[in-house]
Formats: sequence, C-alpha cells, structure tokens
Amino acid sequence: MIWTGVVVASLACYGLKLAGLSLPQRWLTDPRVQKIVPLIPIALLAALVATQTFSTGRHLVLDVRAAGLAVAIVAVLLRAPFLVVVAAGAGTASLLRLV
Amino acid sequence: MFTGASQFALVGVVGAGGGVWPGAVAALLLGSRNALYGLRLGSLLDVRGWRRAAAAQFVIDETTAMAIARDDPRLSRFAFWSTGLALFTFWNTGTLIGAVATHVVSNPKTFGLDAAPPAAFLALLAPRLRAREPLAIAIAAAVVAIAVLPFVPPGVPLLIVAVLVAAYGALR
Repeated sequence: MIWTGVVVASLACYGLKLAGLSLPQRWLTDPRVQKIVPLIPIALLAALVATQTFSTGRHLVLDVRAAGLAVAIVAVLLRAPFLVVVAAGAGTASLLRLV
Repeated sequence: MFTGASQFALVGVVGAGGGVWPGAVAALLLGSRNALYGLRLGSLLDVRGWRRAAAAQFVIDETTAMAIARDDPRLSRFAFWSTGLALFTFWNTGTLIGAVATHVVSNPKTFGLDAAPPAAFLALLAPRLRAREPLAIAIAAAVVAIAVLPFVPPGVPLLIVAVLVAAYGALR
C-alpha cells in the first residue's frame, strides 16, 4: 500500500515536470496560473515547518524541536547553506536531549 | 521522485501517521511548481523525444535557477544539464546512504533527527521569503496548520492550507 502510494506520487511528480516541458507556452502567461502556483510551495513549506515542529500525531507539543527550529532560523538569517541549517536544527535538539 | 520538498513532505506525513495518500497529495501540490518551471524552460532547452523525457526529471528549483540565470542559451542548456546531473547523482547517493544507515541508528531522536525535517523545510522556504507578502503568507499558513491540526487526521492540515492559499491567490 505504501509503495503503491510512493510509486503513484513519483509518477505524478514526474508527469507534472514533463507536462511543463510539453505544454504550449501560452499557459505560462495565464494570470491565474501565475498568481496561484508560486504561492503554494510557500504556504505548504511553512505549514510543514510548523506541524513538524509543534506536533506529534494529532497532539500539539512543545519540546526540544522548537529550540532546534529557533537555531535553524538563526542559521537561515545568517545565510548558512542547506546542510548547515539542517545540522544546526538537529544538533541543537540532540544536545538538549543530553542535558 | 526527484524533487526534495515533495519527498520530505511525503515522508513527513507518513511519519506523522497520516497515511500515504494524504502524503502523496501534499507531494503533488509541492511538485506543481515544477510544471511552471518546465513551461519556462521549454523554449530555452528546446528538447524533443527521449531528451525531453530525460530533461523532465531534472526540472527542479536548482536547475531552473541555474538555467534562467544565463543570457546565452547554450550556457543555459549547459547549466541545466550539469546542475541536473550533479544533483541527481549526489542527492540519490545521499538518500541511499541515509536509507542504509537507518539500521545503524537505534533511536533517531538521540541525534535530533526529528528536528531535522523542520530545519530542512525552513531552509527550502527561506529563499522564497524575500518580500513582505510571501512572509505574511508563510506565517498565516503556519498558524492555520497548527490551529486545525488537533481536529483533522495527520496530513490534512497541509491540504487545508493549500486550498486556502489557492483561493487567496485566485481572489487577490
């Protein structure tokens, strides 16, 4: 079941890319497409940051992940590269669990 | 699937107990931007047949950014293919190492690995927040996702946020 979902999602994600390369250019100039599509990753990524930090299953929780996120935000503000941001977040949570 | 945000989202929703289908929908919604990238790259790359099929898999944030940053179409194509090939190789090698290494790590929480995904999403999000409106949208999306979370199955907050932002985009 889970692999069916993974394969279907993979094919669909590839299909979106291929459709983009294959569709006529005038789709790009459709104002509705222009307005909506760039906003979706912003909203979804922000929602993912929030839910993955402050919840376990359906319960809201405040734990060391919040501290990890705070340090990751500082890293982002300092324009740290991707891996440094991730390591800063994970490392903070890991250290706080030790104490 | 070769598009980082979608991969993380699918894993994140499944890991939170949301089931694979809400995860797949979240992955698709995040992947929708690649269709826009493809539209923009179409004329630039000018690929047909099997080359187009191969190029499609490389259509992601980074390759698009590298390709459209060049003025000369030949340099654009070179940037696209070289960035795509390098990222595809290292990204998937890294994924494989991670998958194999799970057997070594007894409790992922010890290494703060549960804090890694939010940091990764944040790092993917940050470059898109260079203006006031995207920042406001991001904050609103985070608040809405947290507010509805206790009342719906895992993964569904993402779908609610996606519907709301699409409605906002269409109406503004």
